[in-house]
Amino acid sequence: MARAIAERLSATGTVNALELRGVTKRFGALSALDDVTLSVRPGERRAILGSNGAGKTTLLNCITGDFPATSGTIRFFGEDVTHFPAHERIRRGLRRTYQISLLFGGLSVLDNVYLACLGVSRGRFSFLRPRRDDPLLENARALVHAVHLDEVAEKKVAELAHGQQRQLEVALALAGAPRFLLFDEPAAGLSPAERADLVAILQGLPAHMGFVIIEHDMDVALRVVESVTLMHEGRIFKEGTPEEIEADPEVQELYLGHGRG
Amino acid sequence: MAVARPGLPTATAAAAAGERAGGIPPSAWITALVLSIMPALASDFFLVQVFGWALVLGTIALSLQFLAGYGGMVSLVQMTVAGFAGYMVAILGTSGLTQISLGWPFWLAVPVSILLAVLFGTLSGALAVRTAGIYTIMITLAIAAAFFYFTRQNETVFGGFLGFNGVRAPVFWGIDCRSPVPFYYLCLGWAAIAFGLVTWVIRAPFGLALQGIRDNPRRMAALGFDVTAHRIAAYAFAAFLAAPAGILLTWMNGQIAPGTVGIGPVIDILVIAVVGGLGRPIGPFIGALLYVLLRIFALDALVALGLSGQRFQLLIGLGFLVTVLFSPDGILGLWERARQRWSGPAAGGGR
Repeated sequence: MARAIAERLSATGTVNALELRGVTKRFGALSALDDVTLSVRPGERRAILGSNGAGKTTLLNCITGDFPATSGTIRFFGEDVTHFPAHERIRRGLRRTYQISLLFGGLSVLDNVYLACLGVSRGRFSFLRPRRDDPLLENARALVHAVHLDEVAEKKVAELAHGQQRQLEVALALAGAPRFLLFDEPAAGLSPAERADLVAILQGLPAHMGFVIIEHDMDVALRVVESVTLMHEGRIFKEGTPEEIEADPEVQELYLGHGRG
Repeated sequence: MAVARPGLPTATAAAAAGERAGGIPPSAWITALVLSIMPALASDFFLVQVFGWALVLGTIALSLQFLAGYGGMVSLVQMTVAGFAGYMVAILGTSGLTQISLGWPFWLAVPVSILLAVLFGTLSGALAVRTAGIYTIMITLAIAAAFFYFTRQNETVFGGFLGFNGVRAPVFWGIDCRSPVPFYYLCLGWAAIAFGLVTWVIRAPFGLALQGIRDNPRRMAALGFDVTAHRIAAYAFAAFLAAPAGILLTWMNGQIAPGTVGIGPVIDILVIAVVGGLGRPIGPFIGALLYVLLRIFALDALVALGLSGQRFQLLIGLGFLVTVLFSPDGILGLWERARQRWSGPAAGGGR
């Protein structure tokens, strides 16, 4: 594996955090993703925009392995992960949040985060109960604090407000030592105040932690990223800086136009 | 997002770390005390044929409760795993069928039998875990049925239709485990260990992750858990609970035959677990006691009423029907609702 990485390094001079080549995903006759080629540098923050059905979430599902791609290759920090199951990709430092919160409603906030910390640790199969000063439990408490959920740490997740559940989604993705994150519409359904909170959390991430964010709210998306990829009908339509994308007449026509009428 | 389903158990890491006060409730202490002095209270018949049997069946049903309640996998293979261990102890140890039994001493035959049964349970789990819901039930039922017909037809290893008789509990350190009191303590001992193991494990990382997988397998994979491996490990753990109980059942009857692992007993274990309640580990034991009492005394009652004694199955079936209709979370659920009503709304929650 080390040699494979070395070869990659010599071939391109740099290792991309994420490198997709010709990724295609078909559901029956429908091409949800059509020959998507994309590379994201380590530490880069990128927004993926596009109308409903453009294939944004499908792209994330292919990257994490929730659904395998029909064809094409996916490399994560140089390593070919195309045929890896989801949990193997996660253990290599990839993380994601879900558009519709996928949480453990019957467990407390702290336990949800504890499970996330456990998933990328060696103690997954442990029969020993955690002690009060268990490092994983300490990590979980720190993460709960980082997403401003201290007051509801012991509450059952099913009893949480929508905005708090979205914040918990982010906390689950931050567990362990993430190298790269995928956010799927983290601001969906949040109030303006909660959105500001989310922007603060995203901007506060360590500089080496790159991410890809799918977001309809331009005020959130364009404030936290340095590059933008625009998707349309399963294909990559345009790439550029937020300013370039906003200024592009074609883009305004297609996507930004009706929102900004 | 995953909705909290009522009646399904949950455990918390924080509680496991001792952050919440609350020890063992007094009712548990009383039950433990009564069970441990039972030989002074009950006749030999009650000791073995009622309590011993109920404890053994309860332990096998507990292994199902663990998989179904905490893992969301209704496995019908648990009785088969127990029966497999019983068969192994007859084949490896001593029985009336001297041309098959290898005659190993019990201290070798018993652990090897448990090991082989765990292997059998793990392999069955490996086949079943890729399916969900009704398909898990079907595939485990298919394994159980296949094993039943196999034992019935295989004469050379499994002794065919008649199976093995004369499979007796060992005598060691001057204790005859065949006599009622030591045998009762063997059953109670393993039931208590199995019960303790389940209560412990559900709050350990392994059990917590299993409950996460029950509620939301996709998210667990996205957190780095190998869902398939975790589920298979749960089957292995459940088999480890059921296997010694199967050996005890074989010793109790003095024999093991295809009838022990037939479809009837396989379904009975499911009935016991569901009627008792899948919510907590005590449920299967309540269900088992009720089942045993029904089987023993319904027979007499039916005969006294001039009906055929075989109708006890009808009573058990009716009991199952009434339970799932009126209390999907079993007798445990009935009990908890009743307690909430008695303690009044002011007490709130009741727990």
